Amino acid sequence: MKIWKAIFVLVLLFFGFLTVAFVKEARQGGRENLGEPEETPIEKAVGDVLSLLGLGAPLYAGEAQSIPSEPEAAAETGSPEGDAPADAAGLNTLWVLIATFLVFFMQLGFMLVEAGFSRSKNAVNIMMKNVIDFAVGSLAFFAVGFGLMWGLDRCAFCGTRFFLPTSADVFAVNPQLGWTFFLFQTVFCATSATIVSGAMAERTKFTSYLVYSLVISALVYPIFGAWTWGGGWLGKLGFHDFAGSTVVHSLGGWLALTGAATLGPRIGKYSPDGRVNAIPGHHILMGALGVLFLWFGWFGFNPGSTLAVTPSIGYIAVTTNLAAAAGAVSAMVLASIIYGTSDATMTLNGILAGLVAITAGCDVVSPLGAILIGAAAGCLVIGSLLFVDRVLKIDDPVGAISVHAVCGTFGTLCVGLFAADGTGLFYGGGTKFLRVQLLGAGVALVWALGCGFVLFLAIKRTIGLRVSRHEELRGLDIEEHGMQAYPNFDTWTTV
Amino acid sequence: MKLIIAYIQPESLNDVKQALLKENIAKLSVVNALGCGHQLGYTEQYRGVVSEVNLLKKVRLEIAVNDDYLEKTLDVLIETARTGHIGDGKIFVVDLLDCIRIRTGERGKEAIG
Repeated sequence: MKIWKAIFVLVLLFFGFLTVAFVKEARQGGRENLGEPEETPIEKAVGDVLSLLGLGAPLYAGEAQSIPSEPEAAAETGSPEGDAPADAAGLNTLWVLIATFLVFFMQLGFMLVEAGFSRSKNAVNIMMKNVIDFAVGSLAFFAVGFGLMWGLDRCAFCGTRFFLPTSADVFAVNPQLGWTFFLFQTVFCATSATIVSGAMAERTKFTSYLVYSLVISALVYPIFGAWTWGGGWLGKLGFHDFAGSTVVHSLGGWLALTGAATLGPRIGKYSPDGRVNAIPGHHILMGALGVLFLWFGWFGFNPGSTLAVTPSIGYIAVTTNLAAAAGAVSAMVLASIIYGTSDATMTLNGILAGLVAITAGCDVVSPLGAILIGAAAGCLVIGSLLFVDRVLKIDDPVGAISVHAVCGTFGTLCVGLFAADGTGLFYGGGTKFLRVQLLGAGVALVWALGCGFVLFLAIKRTIGLRVSRHEELRGLDIEEHGMQAYPNFDTWTTV
Repeated sequence: MKLIIAYIQPESLNDVKQALLKENIAKLSVVNALGCGHQLGYTEQYRGVVSEVNLLKKVRLEIAVNDDYLEKTLDVLIETARTGHIGDGKIFVVDLLDCIRIRTGERGKEAIG
């Protein structure tokens, strides 16, 4: 209750702050003219305080989410002068908006995967975590995250302008897409944040998770995003992460590792003699539904990252699909060899592994390369799941660490090997590109592990990270949320 | 021969099972049960409406033992199912007339062991 009172005060302060900003905005000439970038910049209430510099000429206008060396995207995303034909602008906006909605749909996928692969006594808790981290993340990204990620200016570490963005701000970042671009960035941020909830499932205090999701959406993800996509130093080095194998997935995955490691395993996962026990999920069909939702959403995640209607969006959809399919088949076959049956959960994880791995290079690898990357990721995820479970003894109920961190890093490195434009190692491009990819993946590792351990240990020391033994055994649904997911079913919580 | 019927908290089942196994008591039946007692239920809320749940979920263990195993079994049950809070459960012990192992037709002491 005490924590809730503190959160209540914080939320009150936040909305009070927004109200002050709103009143100031309303006094200065009423409603913003939405969608008109020429509109005189409205002085923001907080902009003066937070920005180190005023609203100068946009430095990174028109830059696509991909790095500038990607020719198609750079050519098609509209020139900084904003003189692209109106119909192209409309078409691009429509496509990116559709892709945005698809990426939003991935939130459902994560929710169902995590709920299906954990026990019924914690289903409401998983649902609440996935719903609320999107809500908290949306607000935090609007208030702080977008500015940190896309407002790079004087400071090379993180952005310093565009906090609580106005129309003028978002069109300064991307003259053609504006708010569409902003929303696209928001759903990406939410995807990164929600990865962690699966690894920390079934034992994390709900309020502590709220704090975590606020910090990752407001600080951890945007700052790393600024280095790669926002025009920062990693992007300038030529680090290629097309749609976010590293920026979104590895980052979320490594944070998941720190979270799960700080929490410790669920009661009953490891016997005192060191034996590893399985704690089966309660609804495999629900998990499978989530995986297919994610596969579906990935058709927005990867092809949408062109930020424009180009001939390459179909190509990217194909490489994405092939990698997922190859991941499914290779994981299924490998699981069959190891266990004698085609393990459903391993196959489903194989699909996600292929999707995560192809995300970095879906625009530059060939279809054959995509199949190889996906198939390798499908095998890698099984090895990694066993390694995390049995050697590291980190309890990750849904396999988020293996799927997102390990396969995301693997996919990022694969770009340096499989880039078909002649820069990849396998195409005679030498190791230069690979070394840059290695650097980028390594920086993500260090950044995420550093931030993660500091954050989770700080939470552990202050408000506590883990529920009590009694709450964990009884189930988080009743103890944290006062209800059960399946009140009219015989769901006894004996595991 | 005695039949031990114990009602315990569902979440303590795993611990109880492991502890019984350690004492070489490996034969038991487990049934889900609903019941009410001194614990008086708990509250749930659904869309703002608070409701009292007074039939609580328990598990019922049935263990048939020879007399020399009785005290040992009871000790294990009490030790592992006890949290000290209201609602830990109850144990009933009743006389068992006979026990027959279907596969072999053995009766009595041999059939239980």
